[in-house]
Amino acid sequence: MSGKASAGYLPSGLPIPVAEPDGLSAPYWAGLRQNRLLVQRCSRCRTWQFGPEWLCHRCHAFDPEWTEVEPQGRIFSWERVWHPSHAALRQHGPYLAVLVELPQAGGVRMVGNLLGGAMQMVTIGAKVEGVFEHHPDSDPPYSLLQWRMP
Amino acid sequence: MTRASAERSLRGRVAVVGIGETNYYRHGASPDPEFKLALKAILAACEDAGIDPRDIDGFASYSDDRSEASRLAAALGIHRLRSATMQWGGGGGGCCAAVANAAASIVAGLADCVVVFRALAQGQYGRFGQTTGIDTVSGERAYLMPYGVLAPPQRFAMRVQRYMHEHGVRQEALRAIALASYHHAQSNPRAVMHGKPLDAAKYDASRWIVEPFHLYDCCMENDGAAAVVLVAEERARDFRRKPAYVLGAAVGSGCRAGAVPHNSPLYASASFDTVAPDLYRMAGLGPSDVGVVQAYENFTGGVAMALAEHGFFKPEDANDFLTLENLIAPSGLLPLNTSGGNLAECYMHGFELVLEAVRQVRGTSTNQVSRNDVAIVIGGPMVTPVSNLLLGSEAVL
Repeated sequence: MSGKASAGYLPSGLPIPVAEPDGLSAPYWAGLRQNRLLVQRCSRCRTWQFGPEWLCHRCHAFDPEWTEVEPQGRIFSWERVWHPSHAALRQHGPYLAVLVELPQAGGVRMVGNLLGGAMQMVTIGAKVEGVFEHHPDSDPPYSLLQWRMP
Repeated sequence: MTRASAERSLRGRVAVVGIGETNYYRHGASPDPEFKLALKAILAACEDAGIDPRDIDGFASYSDDRSEASRLAAALGIHRLRSATMQWGGGGGGCCAAVANAAASIVAGLADCVVVFRALAQGQYGRFGQTTGIDTVSGERAYLMPYGVLAPPQRFAMRVQRYMHEHGVRQEALRAIALASYHHAQSNPRAVMHGKPLDAAKYDASRWIVEPFHLYDCCMENDGAAAVVLVAEERARDFRRKPAYVLGAAVGSGCRAGAVPHNSPLYASASFDTVAPDLYRMAGLGPSDVGVVQAYENFTGGVAMALAEHGFFKPEDANDFLTLENLIAPSGLLPLNTSGGNLAECYMHGFELVLEAVRQVRGTSTNQVSRNDVAIVIGGPMVTPVSNLLLGSEAVL
């Protein structure tokens, strides 16, 4: 729960995530700032849902409830990125993005970076744990959810 | 035709009678602005058909094409505008859907002569592969861009990686797709990569863009425009070219394919699980009837997935099927992207593939196949909605 800026995995200057004008994902982004991972879960049929929507896709109850889950998962897929598609990444070198599946939340998936060396071997199915990465000095401030091997 | 007209089907009801394109340029190299490129392609398609451009009464496009129908209608002085359809969705997912929408307009009696086109001047409006200059993002992009998953290569690589993992697909299978496109581009003077051959060693030595995509697994970015003219079957023989009939078309994606970010239930998929069966059902044909394939290459991996989902091979057999000799005209098992496609002819957002399928049916491709009565186009793997199209000669009606 450090309020200080931790060094980001990627250089600063990439687009900053904000909630949509209608506020759909605002609880998710606010949760990350407080070291909490929130995922929608329908209070009527208990279906997990991510990304968020105003409606449960299974039973059509509105406003699925934001529910805190443990930031733990398994690598579902991954990629090692070499080409800089943004000026902030020029001269940065390769980095790893992973798609993480959360079995304890209905198997919803999230994209993040895999902390550690960019050339480490990545195994689909490997367990990973979440790390909250805070950017309090950014304008606007925001937090990301990164992943590391336990 | 009586039976077909009683059914809700496009089969045999509409034909492509004209095709046209501008010169194809590297991105930023077009001397013409985008709207002028659109006009040039449309006029070329009308010239090819031998039709007065003022007789066009509808336009169809996709991917939020900026050359909008009313401006085109005014610029061309067409007598009246009766159909203007824009297919939702990005990428090349709409390249066949736009043809389907135009054909449906004609079959439904809304219009008689519809032009389908795509125009793109990336020098004028910016590239898809660069994302600098965005301050904040929300929605799907917010879950991806701050992690460096920015442009299409990074957005699709994890899908392909998962597919390769699930089915044991090797890099060589992806490489064969790239080699086939470049092979075909060498005999196509329109191709931007004409005169720039690719071999396995050069592919292997090329830099990674994002694993598992080498440079040559990724489409180009280009400037240009391409267009086709569609009329009802009853009039198709009145024009100067051999008609290419629409045998079938399908659009869409399966359950929750659009669940972001990367949450579609069927993740390792090109999104044709429902769309391919729809196409074959409308056409009354199957994969073994198809003589030549144009499959949208945003990335080679998506082509492998899309071909398997269209029944040309089982995913487990991808390594055996996807070899250069199988994929090249005139006599490979399944000649693929015979103009060079998005990788080596021109990234006209896949619309160059529709024109090439017409050429194959006509018998005028620079890489002509012998089995050319049925040609398939597959648009936009891994996006949603995707679309596909079967074109054929009069012999298969």
